Amino acid sequence: MKTVTLSASIVALLSGTAVSAQTPLSMWYHGAGNVVESEIINGIVSDFNASQSDYVVSLESFPQGAYNDSVIAAALAGNLPDIMDVDGPVMPNWAWAGYMQPLLIDEDVIADFLPGTKGYYNDQLYSVGFWDAAVALVTRQSILDELGLRTPTLDDPWTGDEFNAALEAAKQSGNYEYAINLGMADAGEWYPYAFSPFLQSFGGDIIDRETYQTAEGVLNGDEAMAFGEWWQGLFEAGYAPGTSQDPADLDTGFTDGRFAFSWTGNWMALNTLLAFEDTLFLPAPDFGHGPKIGAASWQFGVSATSDHPEGASAFIEFALQDEYLAAFSDGIGLIPATPTAAEMTQYYSEGAPMAVFFDLSAAQGTLRPVTPGYVVAAKVFEKALADIANGADVADTLDAAVDEIDTDIQRNNGYN
Amino acid sequence: MALPGFGLIAIFIILPFFFAIALSFTNQRLISPNPTQFIGMANYSRLLGVGVTTIQPERDDEGEIIRNAAGAPEYPRLRTIIRGNPDFANLAGMREWFSWERSDEARTIVLARDVVFMKALVNTLLFVIIVAPVQATLALGLALLINQRLRGISFYRAVYFMPVVVSIVVVSLLWRFIYDGNNGLLNNMLSALTFGWFEGHDWLGDPSTALGAIMVMSIWQAVGFHMVIWLSGLQTISPTLYEAAAIEGASKAQTFRYVTWPGLRNTAVLILIVITMQAFALFAQIDVMTNGGPRDSTQTIVFQAVERGYGRQDISGGSTISVLLFLLVLTISLIQGFLTREKT
Repeated sequence: MKTVTLSASIVALLSGTAVSAQTPLSMWYHGAGNVVESEIINGIVSDFNASQSDYVVSLESFPQGAYNDSVIAAALAGNLPDIMDVDGPVMPNWAWAGYMQPLLIDEDVIADFLPGTKGYYNDQLYSVGFWDAAVALVTRQSILDELGLRTPTLDDPWTGDEFNAALEAAKQSGNYEYAINLGMADAGEWYPYAFSPFLQSFGGDIIDRETYQTAEGVLNGDEAMAFGEWWQGLFEAGYAPGTSQDPADLDTGFTDGRFAFSWTGNWMALNTLLAFEDTLFLPAPDFGHGPKIGAASWQFGVSATSDHPEGASAFIEFALQDEYLAAFSDGIGLIPATPTAAEMTQYYSEGAPMAVFFDLSAAQGTLRPVTPGYVVAAKVFEKALADIANGADVADTLDAAVDEIDTDIQRNNGYN
Repeated sequence: MALPGFGLIAIFIILPFFFAIALSFTNQRLISPNPTQFIGMANYSRLLGVGVTTIQPERDDEGEIIRNAAGAPEYPRLRTIIRGNPDFANLAGMREWFSWERSDEARTIVLARDVVFMKALVNTLLFVIIVAPVQATLALGLALLINQRLRGISFYRAVYFMPVVVSIVVVSLLWRFIYDGNNGLLNNMLSALTFGWFEGHDWLGDPSTALGAIMVMSIWQAVGFHMVIWLSGLQTISPTLYEAAAIEGASKAQTFRYVTWPGLRNTAVLILIVITMQAFALFAQIDVMTNGGPRDSTQTIVFQAVERGYGRQDISGGSTISVLLFLLVLTISLIQGFLTREKT
């Protein structure tokens, strides 16, 4: 630590004596490997650098798979950049651990932003997203007609019973290998992101959001048990392939016509649209406590060790302009964070094919539990879902998950 | 001269080793603003804690045992008895590991504080017990086959050795497709061989076949490596011994029993130890193919160490598992060393 402050003061000394002192700001981004994404973010950086003379931002990109590990390693070594991006549900963990500091951005700037793009923890804004992501029940109008099903709308989504009946109808038709692709091959954050909204629609949750101190009664209460039984039933009835699903299914299963429905994100939407003209993106079914889908994607924040938080925040605020939000959306198909930006985009403007995702995100988007303990709870929940899908006893599995989450919270002094 | 080398070994091998032991007595987290605290043996008791309890079948008002349609007595759910019950405080947080019924009157349940770790322990031991002898024997068989002066024998040597050269991650991915429940190569092959009688099986999705499938794949992958070690052992045996055996009129079996096998003694010890240690370190196949599932049927010790330490940010828990694994391997190596010692 001493050497860091020492070298920092040397840098400060040197830059103080230099003639044209532009403060360097470092920035890390998780999207290495995607050419379009790199072009957009590099464009924003050079625009910002040209727009003022106080700061120079330099960008370093990491592959997504190695990004979180790199940040953790950098934090332990005291080498965090000034600006970094963070996956929405992970942000509270990093804020709690002292990796990040609150943004110095006037909240009026983000008044119009989708709720899932605002990263609040302890009532302070730590991160902002340029985009959100949403999940929809993907199918085709011709499939609904064939199975004789009503087309659900945002105002009048399917009930749980209607959803189950639709799966049964698809199975009975015999035209599909499985009724629905849930993406079970995609182990990891997909499970809590895509499936915990079902649990919440049943009335349960991963953790008690009143206190964030326990999962008892929430993850193993009657509502959660009902969810668990329903979840297990999907696989017992043969509606969906289980955890050993072929990963290739995720990309081509629906477009090959092997599934009647697919529970997938907007990032897969473009391929489906190209394959079928009558593709539909339907809202999540309502299991009793409202239809819900996951919210929050990657967001931008300022590291706790940054010596120039005002400069880092200035960069983020600069990047929040509609034209950049629209550029990300057009480039890689993400949901732009504001309605005005959405109007500028190819896919999300009024009447455009994916505009429904913007409405879904605004209407049904539900944040994953906003607590530092989420990172561990999500892992526990993921395992519980996999075990139940594979036939484990529902009550015992959820009890065990509750015990594990509660133990973790206690061992972290309540994450306070 | 040896100082730089020793320094590197100290930093990258010896130091982490002692770190792991020290951390296993603390509550060290991967990410946390809280200071690390010494918590004694708590990590060990959390992993290894077991308990036993007996429950009575449910009885109706007349005291008769309630039986289900098949005539077996019905037992209450364990969770309704011990969960949140102060009388069973010592069993709080424990889960059923396995159980049996002594008679119609009672069921004995063995509980473990960490059922997943217990299953990982059993799976790993099972893996070692089956893979070590099978792999060693197969490798010896292959080595004997290719230890001949035939034209083109190097081609076969290369073929058998090929899987060893390919990264285990790639091999695991390929075998995931081979084992695929719908259109996997294995299912298609079995179906073709049995003229459609075999209808396909989800090898990695079924708890009863997942570990076996991984064993088969692991044996296939590494058998070439051990074949080469056997081969080097075979080639150190002097040809004059075989000539003498031939002159004495020894059969092939006798030659193997009295010439080849004694000559391979040291090689055998080496191979046994290497396979045992490799088998205990089973990780990549699990990580790529099953993630420990379905229903913990392929959990292993090393996979759990990584899953705890990194996935669940519990460095102390991961360290504790590593220390336990070290003690386990050490014990088994000592036993092996004792059993295979030179008897003079």
